[in-house]
Parts: sequence; structure tokens; C-alpha cells
Amino acid sequence: MHYSSFLIKYTEIAIKGKNRYLFEDALVSRIRQVLKRVDGDFAVTKNQGRIYVDVEGDYDFDETVAALQCVFGITGICPVVKTEDEGFEKLAKDVIRYLEEAYPSLDQTFKVNARRARKNYPMNSMELNMELGGVILDRFENMKVDVHHPQIMLTVEIREHIFIYSHVIPGPGGMPVGTNGKAMLLLSGGIDSPVAGYMISKRGVKLDAVYFHAPPYTSERAKQKVVDLAKQIAKYAGTIYLHVVNFTDIQLYIYEKCPHDELTIIMRRYMMRIAEHIAKETECLGLVTGESIGQVASQTMQSLASTDEVCTMPVYRPLIGFDKQEIVAVSEKIDTYETSILPFEDCCTIFVAKHPVTKPNLKVIKRHEKHLEEQIDELFAKAIETKELIIIKDCE
Amino acid sequence: MQAYLDNSATTRPFDDVRELMRTIEDKTYGNPSSMHAMGVLAENHVKEASETLAGILKVKEKEICFTSGGTESDNLALTGCARANSRAGKHLITTRIEHPAVLQTMKHLEEEGFEVTYLDVDGNGVLHPETLEKALRSDTILVSVMHVNNEIGSVQPIEELARLTKAYAPSILFHTDAVQSFGKFRILPKRMGIDLLSVSGHKIHGPKGIGFLYVDEHVKITPILYGGGQQKGLRSGTENVAAIAGMAKAAELEYEDLQSKTENLYALKEDFIRKLLTLEAVTVNGLGEGSGLPERVRASAPHIVSASFDKVRSEVLLHALEEQGVYVSAGSACASNKPAVSETLKAIGVKKDLLDSTIRFSFSTDTTKEELDHAFESLSRILPMLRKYTRH
Repeated sequence: MHYSSFLIKYTEIAIKGKNRYLFEDALVSRIRQVLKRVDGDFAVTKNQGRIYVDVEGDYDFDETVAALQCVFGITGICPVVKTEDEGFEKLAKDVIRYLEEAYPSLDQTFKVNARRARKNYPMNSMELNMELGGVILDRFENMKVDVHHPQIMLTVEIREHIFIYSHVIPGPGGMPVGTNGKAMLLLSGGIDSPVAGYMISKRGVKLDAVYFHAPPYTSERAKQKVVDLAKQIAKYAGTIYLHVVNFTDIQLYIYEKCPHDELTIIMRRYMMRIAEHIAKETECLGLVTGESIGQVASQTMQSLASTDEVCTMPVYRPLIGFDKQEIVAVSEKIDTYETSILPFEDCCTIFVAKHPVTKPNLKVIKRHEKHLEEQIDELFAKAIETKELIIIKDCE
Repeated sequence: MQAYLDNSATTRPFDDVRELMRTIEDKTYGNPSSMHAMGVLAENHVKEASETLAGILKVKEKEICFTSGGTESDNLALTGCARANSRAGKHLITTRIEHPAVLQTMKHLEEEGFEVTYLDVDGNGVLHPETLEKALRSDTILVSVMHVNNEIGSVQPIEELARLTKAYAPSILFHTDAVQSFGKFRILPKRMGIDLLSVSGHKIHGPKGIGFLYVDEHVKITPILYGGGQQKGLRSGTENVAAIAGMAKAAELEYEDLQSKTENLYALKEDFIRKLLTLEAVTVNGLGEGSGLPERVRASAPHIVSASFDKVRSEVLLHALEEQGVYVSAGSACASNKPAVSETLKAIGVKKDLLDSTIRFSFSTDTTKEELDHAFESLSRILPMLRKYTRH
């Protein structure tokens, strides 16, 4: 069947009162953006509180749906058959043909849901429901009406044109990106942080990202892997500014001066400090990490408390209550899993102690950090100064 | 300064090779199977290349079969011969230190019902003729032994191995993976008793994606690719004309003044190893037998040096060298969550601690003393630094 339009469903935005148009406009512009990935002549319009994607001529249906499924804020995508108003007889024929093509077995229960947005149409919604229902029952003897739980909810909208649709392809939900400020994601090459970025972005938050690398301990390929992950997140989150920070000197300095079982915690405290520093410069409103309670030594409640302590910005941890399998499930859904499991060492594991502290004592950690006083400010400044900016565009 | 010391991974194509290939792609882009003049011109390039390569090996032109590279040559030789000769027997012999193109093909043939014996080598990575002799059986149909090992540069006594195989039963086929030795050693299959020989183009300053298999005219072999029946049906698919010509050109250049080039490489290698041995906690792997260093260096290939650096992870050392413009290979590609330890290094008995600390330096005829000096200086600077910070 040829669908010439898609009706875009969104729910949460509809309740945002006077800000509603801001959200809708953000959604429309994001839809336009993702449709650039697909070959075809698309027009996105906002009309009487609904968003439509119309397409002229040839296009790839699956690709279009896949692109729309990357737009946060969309809860449903309805492929629509659009016809002209040429009287009830013609409408009845169109409805019959639609059902024949969309549901070849023709043995489902159904309900007609007519909506008369154009009030000068000669029949009202109730009349349309009854008449069309009658036509369908007459024509297909195995179809039955079920007004409470129909298998097919057939919507017929009378507007300037007539829209016929019945199935809803689920969208990702959430809120349009950019409607809720910007946050700085601490992105590693692992499974968790890309998922964390996705989750926060889903709530309408635009993302910047920071990646710490430690050449020669980590390779160019490990960095490329992070770039690839950022590209995948950008399909959902839009353009991402990825800041690549060289962490080697700080890491080696900590290794030299501090007890090795506290290395990871102290290192993470410095990563948070650097991330926050960049976040402030780039007007982010919070930090995002992929931590989940108890997953590894540096993610116990005590460890989280000690990494949190260095930040003045809120730190968002959307995966905090997730089990590993749940995180993996999302990463598979958003297609970051395969990249995440490529075996390149990241800077968190290179000097990891056999038995890192799991219940760090903040006082002790702070005392040991004093050992770094001599050079750490200089190294910190150098790390910021030498950072590399990679702009990850979402349409590449 | 740059020092490209990863020539066993791939080499820089010679300028003449690139030029020749461009000319062919520009002007003689016909399909060698086409009946018109454009086809004939293209076919002539292929013929000429066969002549050149056959001339180097002193074999017949028709015994050269072009492939996509060393891997395909090995696959074709082993699978093609095993299948074609399975009525005579189902036993195959190889060594534990072969390239994966051989080892993985053997594994696959085991699934097809063949039995494979994997022979041990000595601490220098050399297969002793007696070891092979003991493994030969009445149902053995094929022996495959590489000429030069790609990781440590050990050289197998191919001629002797082939001779004793044929002495046991003339019908047993002898295959040699010569990917690392072609262009470095004079190889004469007919005289040495080699029935099949795999060669790759890009290891000798030719293009990637091209190679050939020498197949003695008496060998019974079936194709592994089916199609238009090119190359007498042994390897269907339109010939990669420019790459074939480029490879032949590269071989021709590589074999010019072979002896003086080889001697020069050995001199570089000896000097480099001598310096390496002055460093702390360094082991050079696969150094041959002999009384003095010059002799020991010359027992293995002229272009490969494998060294283990105690308490340093090879991946880190590799990247640290890279920062100095020195490009090498890690003896065993190893990452924290996916250890893939080298079979060759294990087979020659490299200590467990050193498996993940091994680096391969590989030279080409382009390699200069300055490059090696730069590599050595970088090493001597980097090693103490890396050893200061180690994992526990």
C-alpha cells in the first residue's frame, strides 16, 4: 500500500500549556532534521494541533519510519492513506480497499473512529461511524464490531483531504531534544555511558560529551570507537560537541603520589572536576554518567558519594537502578552494543588495582589528594588547554 | 622522523608499481576475457605478469594462478588439494606456527572429515625434519609448511622437508606459504620439491588484494570459487589486471640485486639486535643457532625481529613508539577483555609473562639505518618510563 503521509502522535507535549508551541516547534524542526537522512520529498507541517509528514513521489517506507523513530517526543507514527473528498460512496470504496490491502485475512474485530475536523462535511462523526461500519460489515462477513477492544481501530479524519489510518508504529517517546537545556555526558567506550546519554537526551536534553583518553596507554582506535558511539547517539540526540581530554599526565601523577587501591576513585574525582569545568564553559546545566549502584568498585554508594563530592553541578545518573542486562537491552535497541564491546582498553582500566577500595573514606581520599598539590593545578590546566573538540553532526 | 617498521604487515608500493597500475587502469581497462582488442591488450598484461613470475620461480607460466592474496592462495591450495585427493587419504600435516590462513583452513577441513597433525617446532621456531618424518603416514596426502614465519622470522628447511616427504611417498603434495619469504629468498619450487606455493603482492611493495598460487602442473586440485571459468577454471572471476601487473613489477624489482639487498638487510638486522641486547630485560625471540651473533642473525629471515620487553605491555609500547613516529606490530594483539595470545610465541616457548610484551619489527628493502637508529633511541627513552608505571 502506498502511504503518502504520516500522522505523528505525541502526548506529553500536549499538556505543556502555554509552552506547547515551543515543544511542537522543536519537534517539527527535529523531524525535518532526521528526514534529511532519507531520500524523498518530505514536507512537515503543523496543523490544528497535529503534526503531519507528507511525502511526494517515491520514498523508502522502512527508512522513513526508522528515521522518525529517532525523534524524541514522538509516541506514535501512523502511516496514512490520503484521499480526496468526492462524496460518501467514494469514501466507502476507499475504506474497503484500505482494509483489503492492510488486513488481507479480513477476520478481525474493528471499530470506526470518524473525526470530522471540517465541520461543513454533510455527515457528523456518529453518522460516519455507523454508515462506514455498516458498509464494512456488509462487505466482509468475518469482521465484527467491538467498540471496547477492537483489533483494528480504523480512524477516518475528514479535513481538507480525508485521512484513513489504523496502525500506530511506536515512537521512542520522551521530549523533543533541546527543550530541556543541555548536559555534559562523560562518555567512555563502554556499554553504559552511551545508554545514559540516550536516556537523558530522551527527556529533551541536548548533549555535549567529554572523553578521557590516555595515550599511549589507550589507542587511536579506542578514541575512534568513542567517536563512533557519539555518532550513534547523535542520531537521536542531534549534533554533539565531543571534547577529548588527554588524561595521561594526571593519571600517571596520581599513580605516583597516591595509594594504588584508591587510584580509580581519585582518578574519577578528577574526571568529574574536568568535566564540570568544561560543562560550565559550555553552559551545560548538569553532568551525566552511566553509573549504576554496585556495578563495580567505583560505583558503590560510598564511591559514588566521593566522586559526587567534587561537583557543584547536579550529576544525573539515569542508569542508577538498572541491572546490566537492562542496560544491554537498551544499548542493543539503540545499536551501540556492537561498538561498545570492541576490545580496546579505556583509561579506566589501565592501572586498575587488583583490589580497589570499595568503601572509600572521603576524609582519607581528601588527605591523599593533598599529595597532588604540587603539580595538579598545572596538569589540570594543561588538560583543559590541550583538549580536542570533535563536532559530531547527526546527519552523517 | 618516521620509521615504518611494520613491513611484514604491509609494504609501501614501489613508485614504478603505482605508475604502471595507473597507466593500465587509464588505458587498458578491458576485460581479459573480452574477444575484442581491448580485451586482448588486458590479457597481454596478465600474460606478461605470468611470464615474469614464472621466470623468477623458474616454472611454467600456466602454473601461476592469480588470487586475491595470500589467504586465498592458502585456502585454494589446502582445500582444493584435500578435496581433490581425498580418495587417496584424509591425513594432512602442518605446523603449529602457520599463519591463520593455513591453521583456520585446516580447522575447517577437520570439520569436513580430514585428520590434521600439527607439528611442534623447536625454541627457535624451526621444524626438525625428524619431527615431520615421524608424522608421515600411508594416508597422508598433503604437507603444508610455511617458509618464513611471519611473527619471529624463523626459516624452515623447506628443501629438506619436501625431499623427505617425497622420499616417503612421491604422491604426497607439499605446500609452502611463502608470503613472508618471496622477494627475500631465491625460491625454485621444481628444484626444491614444492608442489604449491602461496605468495602475496602487498608484502613485496605491490598492491593489496592480489597474490598468486604456484600449482605444479601435475597436481590434482579442485577450485574453491566457481563462475566464468577464468584461469583454466581453477579460479573464476575477472582478473585484477592492474594489480596483477603491479605485483609482477614489484617482484621483478624486489629480485633485482637480491643478494646485496639481503646482505644489507642482515647487516641492519644484526646492528639493531646488537643494540637491543644492550637494553635491560630484553629477549630477542627466534634467534637461530650458531656461535656468534652474525651467524645467529643469519639463521632466520633478514627482515623480521621479534623482541620481548619484560614488564611492558606490547600494546602500550606500540602506541608509545607510534608517538615517536615508529610503527611496529604487537607480537600478540591483546586487549584487556579479549586476550588473543600468539600461537607461534607459545609454540616456541616464550614465557607466559612475556607473551603480552612482545613486539615485531619488520624491515623492507626501503628500511634505512637512520630509521632503525631512531627506533632504538625511542625505545631506550620510552622503556624506563613505561616500566615506572606498571599494572599490579
